[in-house]
This record gives sequence, C-alpha cells and structure tokens, in this order.
Amino acid sequence: MTGAEPTPPLLAAHALVRSHLSGSTLIPAVRGISLRIDRGEFVAVTGPSGAGKSTLLHLLGGLLRPDEGELRLDGRRVDRLREAAWARLRRRHYGIVFQSGNLLSDFSVADNIELTALLAGMSGRTARERRQELLEDLALAHKATAGPGELSGGERQRVALARALVNRPQLLLADEPTGNLDSRSTRDVLALLSRYHQQGTTIVLVTHDARAASTADRVVSLFDGRIADDARVEEPPDAWSSANGVRDVIDFGG
Amino acid sequence: MRHQLLALLARQPAYGYELKQGLEQTFGAAYPQPNIGQIYVTLSRLEKSGLIRGTEVTQEGRPDKKVYEITEKGTEELAGWFEAPTEGPRVRDEFFMKLILAEGTDLADQLTLINNQRRHCLNTMRGLNKLAATERGNRTSLLLIEGAVLHLQADLDWLERCQEELT
Ligand SMILES: Nc1ncnc2c1ncn2[C@@H]1O[C@H](COP(=O)(O)OP(=O)(O)OP(=O)(O)O)[C@@H](O)[C@H]1O
Ligand SMILES: [Mg+2]
Repeated sequence: MTGAEPTPPLLAAHALVRSHLSGSTLIPAVRGISLRIDRGEFVAVTGPSGAGKSTLLHLLGGLLRPDEGELRLDGRRVDRLREAAWARLRRRHYGIVFQSGNLLSDFSVADNIELTALLAGMSGRTARERRQELLEDLALAHKATAGPGELSGGERQRVALARALVNRPQLLLADEPTGNLDSRSTRDVLALLSRYHQQGTTIVLVTHDARAASTADRVVSLFDGRIADDARVEEPPDAWSSANGVRDVIDFGG
Repeated sequence: MRHQLLALLARQPAYGYELKQGLEQTFGAAYPQPNIGQIYVTLSRLEKSGLIRGTEVTQEGRPDKKVYEITEKGTEELAGWFEAPTEGPRVRDEFFMKLILAEGTDLADQLTLINNQRRHCLNTMRGLNKLAATERGNRTSLLLIEGAVLHLQADLDWLERCQEELT
C-alpha cells in the first residue's frame, strides 16, 4: 500500500508492453499502454482488427504476462504472480469471456454454467438458481440440455457470458461478447451488462460494435498497440427525447 | 468552398489561380473542381466578411492581381470549423474535407479530428440507445432508430479506415 493513494484503482496498468512470437519473428501487439480502471467503471475498448485489444484483455486478466510494465490489482502488484496465484485471483474476482467463446465441450449448456459456479465454491442450490436466472436473461432456457456443438455462434457466446457472470465477479473482462449476435440478442446482452454494471460490477468490454461501446461510460480506442483516445461517453442532451419526434431528433444527430 | 479556401490560405498567402491549383492537387478527381469564376466570387465574399485580406500586386505590362492572406478573424473561423464535430446530411463529405485540409495548417491534426468525430458518434449512439429504450413497442420509431444506428456504425468503421490510412 502506498500512502499517497488511499483507494487504489481496481486495475492499474503502467506502460504494458507485450509481443507475440510468430515463427521466429516477434510481433508487437501492445506497445506501451497505461490505463487505470476504477471500481464500478464500465469501459469499452475498441479499435481495428489487430490493434491489440485481445492481447490487452489477456494481460489484464493475467492470461498473458507483460514483457515490460506493471499491473496492479487493488493496489497490489500482480504482473509477476505465478499461474497458480493468478488462477486463484481469477476464480475469486474475475469473469472472463474470450473472443472464441470458451465452453467445456463435453458438458451441456446448463452444466457449463453451473460447474463454473460450483468450482468457485458456490452451494449447489445457489449455483442452480443463478444458472437458471442467467439462462432466462440470455434467452437460452430452451438450450439448457444442448451440448456446445449444437449451438450457433451467438448462442455459444451467450453461454460463455453466462459462465463469466455466474459468480457475480467484481470484474468482468469480455472480448466481443456481441460479435456474432443479431440486433435483438445484442440488445439483451447489453441490457444484462448494464444491469450488472448498475449492481457494481466493473466491466471491460472489447467490442467493434458502436452500440455496445456507447453503452459503456468510457471508451478507450486502441490503435497499433497504443491508446489513441480515452473518452467519457456523454449523456445525450434533453433535446434527445421522443417528445420532440424521433425523426427530428435523429436528423439533429446526423 | 469557403472553408476549403480558408484552409489553403492558412498554409500560405496565394493568388486566386494558385488556390484553384491547390484544390486540384488536394482533392484530385475525388471532387468536382470549381471553376476560377466561382473561386473569385467566394474570395470576394470572404474578403467582404473580413476573413481574408487581398492586396493588389502591380505587374509590369499586365493587369494588377491580388494576393490573398487569411486574417485573424479568418483563422478563428477556420479553427472553429475544425473543432466542431461534423453532423447533418453531408457529414462524411464535410468531415473528409476537414481531415484532408487539416494537413499543412497548424489549426488541427488528423488524429484529433478523428477522435473528436468518434466521440461525437458515440455520444449520438448513446442518445439513440436511450431513445430506443423509451420507444420500446413502437415499431416505426424503432426501425427509424435502427437505421440511424447502422449509419453511425458505418461512419465509425469508416473513421477507423481513415485512421489506418492517414495517421
Ligand atoms: N498467439 C499469437 N501469436 C502470434 N501473433 C499473435 C497472437 N495473438 C495475436 N497476435 C498478433 O498480435 C497483434 C494484436 O492481436 P490482438 O489479438 O490483440 O488484436 P485484436 O485487437 O484483438 O484484433 P481483433 O479485433 O481481430 O480481435 C496482431 O498483429 C496479431 O496478429
Ligand atoms: Mg481480438
């Protein structure tokens, strides 16, 4: 603990650098990113393909170690922790949705969600309740007994999200959770994320989808492994009300 | 065309025909080129509004011609144009003008322009989200909103492309 900062941010990255080895060449993916995420924030990370979004998210979740730089969780230095310690941290504090939609292929949708909760030490009954609630929130109840192989891409992603949320994590890291979703499922997922955010979950959401990004309170734009912009999303002015006629408001906004 | 001419004059003072060449070099075949008459009409309006100043230069054996320079008021006007987020039906055209013309003036840089425009789009998107929530159940409104959402998404994707190519 440093005396200078009474409440450290939930996550503080300082000058993170990370390259990937591809054959014999090093590909720089994150080239010096400093980022501070306070408890309760909802941050979207956007940027073109290859900008380093997934790499950054993996660094923040301890799934990759930085080549250089520091990462602090709750003020505590974590970038040098061993895998076992990271695994413990993640189980206790993190929910993570990977871009690939990580599911256990030999288990049903329901078990995929429930097992995650049981592994984190939740009682059988609570785990079942939470699983059911999430299946309904994400319009997946009819797929409860299906295996991952029987799901569409968008359904897999929603199950992965349910797995990440079932423990009510302090921090949710989600990589393109709406990537394969149609408009209505996107709306469901965003509504769910907003609800968890309102209940205090800190969220880092990697997304290409502007609707998803604008649901966050803050948007970090990555470009070529660096932060090109970091801005708050502003609440629309009062003129933005349907009382003024939807058509006119939209015109006003371009 | 006012802002295009102001932006060229922000780089350096120029004669009317040099401005015509400047526009041709900057935009090539991408935009229809104004003829010299249109340029002189615009210049004289800009001069009347005090945004530029023309000085007669005497030439031996030929009629005098005017060299134009941007005034302080003109610089302010131009800086305001760069700074304001672009919106309205011709948003892409106008934003693109800013992006291309920013080069060579000290008034704006391309990354800042892109960032500001992205912020503007995201804020607008936030407004559309909110509007969609209040219009739930009204199919006509929702379709209209959806159309605006898709447009904005396209604008943002295009901004990303501009960033990849220009910065
Ligand atoms: N495992 C890996 N091995 C080699 N190179 C990698 C690996 N993972 C990522 N890269 C490279 O690192 C750079 C950043 O990749 P990253 O996956 O972080 O991008 P991204 O922003 O998530 O892109 P996308 O939007 O396509 O998911 C890219 O050039 C990519 O090719
Ligand atoms: Mg990625």
